[in-house]
Amino acid sequence: MATAHKNIFVRHWPTTLKIMTTNPNDGARRTGESIAVEPAVADLPGHHLVLGADNPMRLVSGQLLGPFTVSYQTYGKLNADKSNAILVCHALTGDQYVAEPHPVTGRPGWWERLVGPGLTVDTDKYFVICVNVLAGCMGSAGPKDIDPKTGRPFGLNFPLITITDMVAAQKLVVEHIGITKLFAVIGGSMGAMQTLEWAARYPEMVFCAIPIAGAARHSAQNIAFHEVGRQAIMADPKWAGGDYYAESDPPERGLAVARMAAHITYLSDSALHTKFGRNLQDRQAITFGFDADFQIESYLRHQGRSFVERFDANSYLYITRAMDYFDLAAEHGDNLPTAFEKSPVRFCLISFTSDWLFPTSESRRIVHALNAVAASVSFVEIETESGHDAFLLDEPEFFRILAGFLRGAADQFGIGDNA
Amino acid sequence: MTPTETNNAARIRVDQKLIAEMIAPGSRVLDVGCGDGVLLDLLVHERQVDGRGIELSQEGVNGCVSRGLAVVQGDAQTDLHNYPNDAFDYVILSQTLPAIFDVKGVLDEMLRIGRCAVVSFPNFGHWRVRADLLLQGRSPTSESLPYAWYESPNIRFFTLTDFADLLAEQGLTIERVVTIDGNGKTRTRSKIGYWTNLLTEQAVFVISRK
Repeated sequence: MATAHKNIFVRHWPTTLKIMTTNPNDGARRTGESIAVEPAVADLPGHHLVLGADNPMRLVSGQLLGPFTVSYQTYGKLNADKSNAILVCHALTGDQYVAEPHPVTGRPGWWERLVGPGLTVDTDKYFVICVNVLAGCMGSAGPKDIDPKTGRPFGLNFPLITITDMVAAQKLVVEHIGITKLFAVIGGSMGAMQTLEWAARYPEMVFCAIPIAGAARHSAQNIAFHEVGRQAIMADPKWAGGDYYAESDPPERGLAVARMAAHITYLSDSALHTKFGRNLQDRQAITFGFDADFQIESYLRHQGRSFVERFDANSYLYITRAMDYFDLAAEHGDNLPTAFEKSPVRFCLISFTSDWLFPTSESRRIVHALNAVAASVSFVEIETESGHDAFLLDEPEFFRILAGFLRGAADQFGIGDNA
Repeated sequence: MTPTETNNAARIRVDQKLIAEMIAPGSRVLDVGCGDGVLLDLLVHERQVDGRGIELSQEGVNGCVSRGLAVVQGDAQTDLHNYPNDAFDYVILSQTLPAIFDVKGVLDEMLRIGRCAVVSFPNFGHWRVRADLLLQGRSPTSESLPYAWYESPNIRFFTLTDFADLLAEQGLTIERVVTIDGNGKTRTRSKIGYWTNLLTEQAVFVISRK
């Protein structure tokens, strides 16, 4: 049977390689045995760029980074005058595989519903770039990389990364491709933070900015949830102070619990009620024990288990911290409008009614700041019960509005169908 | 002509058409209560204005943004204060004033953030409105006052003369008044007398602080 399958090698972070097989008859993918190997960025699909070799990048923390690798993926074709580029910024646990099967899990790209030929972000028309964030674990420099000073993985010796640093690295990628002005920067959640940072820091390089389900600062409640996740990872004895890479036995339990807690915040009470209610999992009655009696428990355990397949625990610590530290107003004298003073960028903010992680009030705060400097801004709130996750799901109204905004902006930028 | 343009032309109200003609091409405009964005669309695409909108209803906002207009969900009575002084050449309030509680406050804000305020409203002093009340003893409904009394968003019922009096009292300058009579005929007025008030169904005022 196995001989009939074409083998595709995929990475199982941090130190194992999974052999994924594709059945040529139905294209179905299966993952097989894991074997321990050294991770090699070059095996990942997409592009890998080494930056800061001659001139290390100064991070917000003051530390220098370089040389470092940045991995990114592109879809569609860059036009002759390089004016059709859209930068997509991924969220906390996302990566650059926006619109193709994930190289580790084989699951569809996280924005495959939105980005692709003929879709809302039409790759027949636009050139889409997505960069794996710094401190990530899909090719870009992160804590699992080898520290050239010690010859061992960085672990917690990797420098703290901020949203500003992530965006600075993305800018180097964009410049490397030869683009002087991005038609659009789009991102949800942490991607919205990066989008705002782009618009505030490099306004001359951004024609329109679309922060979705985002905020100009991470709220106390959100920092609190992140801290719970981090403590879960650190409480796992296998975490070993972040120095667990050599053992091929990462702190999966801790990371899974962190994911479970976070996952609750991505949904909404009504979505959970509709999807699971108090339904029992494969049983007729409660068991008077601590098995996953309820479907919601089983679902969360599954979410935790499948997450650890593709994510590095230390990366989770670093990236959650980057979100915690994000406060755009603080970067501009504690006055949010100052961040957008005289901004030529056209903004379109989108929030979702049932999102309690990045509620509409956070988007509205940004809208008020943009109004205060008379910036061009569109703002819609989409009615949905899907919570924060709505930005990743099939939300036709969201797609329709985003498509309309992009169409209008493309006409204004001179790359539209009516241009 | 694209299908949307045809639709817009068909759906545009007479007061909106008048307003569009009053706006200098290329100016900065805020349409407060922009509804489904028909006027804003016309201004942006045919008068090349830098146009923005505020709309209370989410349905209206979603429609506007999906047509590529820069519109935010917001309330004329609470959200104008976010804008800086003199951000716009014109701030438009078309057919929305009767639904506003703090009329003086909103006019003040419009003239703080804009050089001119452009206000259109149905005239409660029109002879047909008077006749409805006087002869039929019923709350008037008409094309420009389409709601039954129990479902009308309008809370302020005022006439051309009432409005002109308020502007005088507030020390505001009427730059221009165009009236629309029952047959849709428009006229520019230099003053508002008894007959003008009686014969005008709707009016558009351009107001400044001069």
